[in-house]
Amino acid sequence: MAESVSATIIVVGAGPAGIAAATRAAEAGANVVVLDEAPSPGGQIWKHRRSAQAPRAAQKWIARFTKSGARLIRGAQVIAAGEAGRELRAELSDSPGKMLDLRCEKLILATGARERFLPFPGWTLPNVIGVGAAQALIKAGVSFRGRRVAVAGSGPLLLPAAAALAAGGAQVALVAEQAPGEAVARFAAGLVFQPAKIAQAVLYRGRFFNANYRTGLWVASARGDDRVREAVFTDGRRARTVACDVLCCGYGLVPNLELPMLLGCAIEKGFVAVDERQQTSVPTVSAAGELTGIGGVDRALVEGEIAGLSAAGKSEVAGRLRARRARLELFAARLAKSFALREELKSLARPDTIVCRCEDVVLSRLDPSWQRRQAKLYSRAGMGPCQGKVCGPALEFLFGWESDSVRVPLRPTPLSGWALPGPEDGASPNERADSR
Amino acid sequence: MKTVQIFVDGRPIEAEEGATVAAAMWNAGCVRFRTSVTGEPRGPLCAMGICFECRVTIDGTAHRRACMETCAPGMKVQTGG
Amino acid sequence: MTRGPTPDVLIVGAGIVGAACADALTRRGLSVLVLDSRFAGAGVTAAGMGHVVVMDDSEAQFQLTAYSRELWSDLAGELSRDCEDEPCGTLWIAENEEEWTAVRAKAAAYESHGVSVEILDARALAQAEPNLRPGLFGALRVPDDRVIYPPNAARWLLERAKSRGARVRERCEVMAATATDVTLSTEQVSAGSVVNAAGPEAPRLTPGLPIEPRKGHLVITDRYPGFCRHQLVELGYLKSAHVLTAGASSVAFNVQPRATGQFLIGSSREFAGWNSAPNPEILERMIRRGVAFMPALANLSALRVWTGFRPSTPDKLPLIGQWRSTDTHRPGPWIAAGHEGLGITTATGTAEILAALITGETPAIDPAPFDPNRSMPSGAAH
Repeated sequence: MAESVSATIIVVGAGPAGIAAATRAAEAGANVVVLDEAPSPGGQIWKHRRSAQAPRAAQKWIARFTKSGARLIRGAQVIAAGEAGRELRAELSDSPGKMLDLRCEKLILATGARERFLPFPGWTLPNVIGVGAAQALIKAGVSFRGRRVAVAGSGPLLLPAAAALAAGGAQVALVAEQAPGEAVARFAAGLVFQPAKIAQAVLYRGRFFNANYRTGLWVASARGDDRVREAVFTDGRRARTVACDVLCCGYGLVPNLELPMLLGCAIEKGFVAVDERQQTSVPTVSAAGELTGIGGVDRALVEGEIAGLSAAGKSEVAGRLRARRARLELFAARLAKSFALREELKSLARPDTIVCRCEDVVLSRLDPSWQRRQAKLYSRAGMGPCQGKVCGPALEFLFGWESDSVRVPLRPTPLSGWALPGPEDGASPNERADSR
Repeated sequence: MKTVQIFVDGRPIEAEEGATVAAAMWNAGCVRFRTSVTGEPRGPLCAMGICFECRVTIDGTAHRRACMETCAPGMKVQTGG
Repeated sequence: MTRGPTPDVLIVGAGIVGAACADALTRRGLSVLVLDSRFAGAGVTAAGMGHVVVMDDSEAQFQLTAYSRELWSDLAGELSRDCEDEPCGTLWIAENEEEWTAVRAKAAAYESHGVSVEILDARALAQAEPNLRPGLFGALRVPDDRVIYPPNAARWLLERAKSRGARVRERCEVMAATATDVTLSTEQVSAGSVVNAAGPEAPRLTPGLPIEPRKGHLVITDRYPGFCRHQLVELGYLKSAHVLTAGASSVAFNVQPRATGQFLIGSSREFAGWNSAPNPEILERMIRRGVAFMPALANLSALRVWTGFRPSTPDKLPLIGQWRSTDTHRPGPWIAAGHEGLGITTATGTAEILAALITGETPAIDPAPFDPNRSMPSGAAH
């Protein structure tokens, strides 16, 4: 039997944006419930196993959130939604198949972002992981002590990942940023407006002064047997082979758009479109954080605050945060520009390189003249359990194929979660979703 | 530090309390979590529950993501599926 | 702009039926142009289960499905691997005494049509499919039924037609059609004959066609090799496929193995206009029905849910032949549409019958029951 929960405002995601939104809304007197898939709040960026390990900003916000009166439901993954976001179904991870039905008047989406993976020869070898993945594994209890690690891809997340690895005793052989040196230098110079970030950058570099941080360099291929043994790097002219036990390679972040798309929120340039109150094209749904643009923790926090305050009817207070958000919007724009992915990354995959890992679909099976859904139906790319979350951003980068639709469940879920006792007659359907 | 014992393909492995199955397996040197549809060995890619590459059978239930499961005493993990 | 000579036949719709028609017509030496508003197999072809199954709901349906299934078997060795052709057979499951008695009559009927069958008692059924719940009475096994993957089967048939000179234009919307030409957004295209194979959207092109969209749900699971081997259907499926009144809905147990080791779970029927959103209540009833027959289904991981619109007619038989407008009685386009849940099965037979009618041959089976101008049962919301 599905348990039922009602609230005035439901927030999906307890990362920085979700925590800020829920805190502000609850402090303003609203009845707030927050859903998050993890056992403890913080999302990806503030993930921690013991609260003492979390960054200070995280500890402050989480403490404030705990006092705010908002209710956190842990281990809850939204798998379906309807009625313009006023009805949600979530699966509880502590008992697979156990469902929670939720009702609200307003929904705030703060589902964050995930890594963008691009295919290259050898990327499916075991021990080739993402950049955020390295940090996630460290936080999950992996010891990298004594392992030789290469870090590659794009974006400022390469630095903290490499630092965490080095701090854990890994031998960081190389950190390769695909963006050209000038672009990265310009980005670093722009950070003068955000002093805290410069200090961070200097600190990181100091931590692994034995390693090399190189720009204009990217992974051409990975090689190995039962796992990766070496990676070949290139700058477009010369190749360099680096022996490694682990290769961390991720090309920035992409927003988790599945739930906003299911609800019919307008997507513009790959992000959820919102107005100055963080409201989406669906009046009962707001969005905050990486969903509206990749911009890091500070931007996610201020957007969350605005969304929470606006949803709780405190638009005036929200208005005072606009200047801060505008500044952080500039940071997000600079981020996107500096770390734009170069064209050469589109030619890394060879005809026999797997593009969809769930279904082992190789590049040569895909016709660039197809549309996204057509490619899925003809080649099965995107039909596996990851539901296109890994190959989708890669196919968009390689072929320009945008994700045009989303299906329930939003995450694979046991059928027992649907075989629930209920009324015999059909009731009114919810919105969205086309046929396969 | 408290530890928990799990079994991976019959082999006992000590894991730190609170560690995920994926972390315990990585620390024990496991590289092959599952086999792809064309027979490739695969292991975790995203480590945050999205890629489904770390799937293993846990206590008889197939397709469980090792990176999302916390080690429990006596847990039986089977790889290669 | 369409260049080149006027084709003998212009087919609207590159789904499984349109593709099969293109294949059958080009095999007879005719020149063919196929137009589709999206891409081959994009419509209801992509939504269905892909079963190739002999059904005995009426004599005409029996003949058409048996004939078609034979044509599909003839293709077995030639279809490309991505068509996932599997001769897994069907088990029609008897849940009670009444259905178990009916199994014998059904077996005799199939055998009289030359379709080989086998009766499994409760023990044999349990051995054949260990994941079915105990207490079932038995089943009728139809060993030569098959399962294919429709979008790629449609493509394969189209490629074969193209190898004989057929042209295919995708992303090409047809606004109107007569017996000899179609109107696109920027041009008119003429042909010797026009075929409307537009599935549930056929009435948009040929107003008056007695076709209504009949919505169904499907769920696909992750891979569980060996979970079941046959396509499994409850005999009650036939009741579900019967006439429904508006607003009502029905579900029936139907599980199908795919070549990938995944399982498709159906089925449901309702008239919901063109609302494609999954209906949570119907989905739950459908899954509960499935779990009632196979308890272990509850533990399988569901990857995706979708809906589709079966093109249904009031007498449950497709429309194959030349349409005559009800008011002007002038000949209209040829119709190859209205196949409800048997579009994949009967695409091949439909194509052969239609091609025979267009070229003046005698069709292999009697085409009269499929005449698009036939009178339909009155008052049926079908």
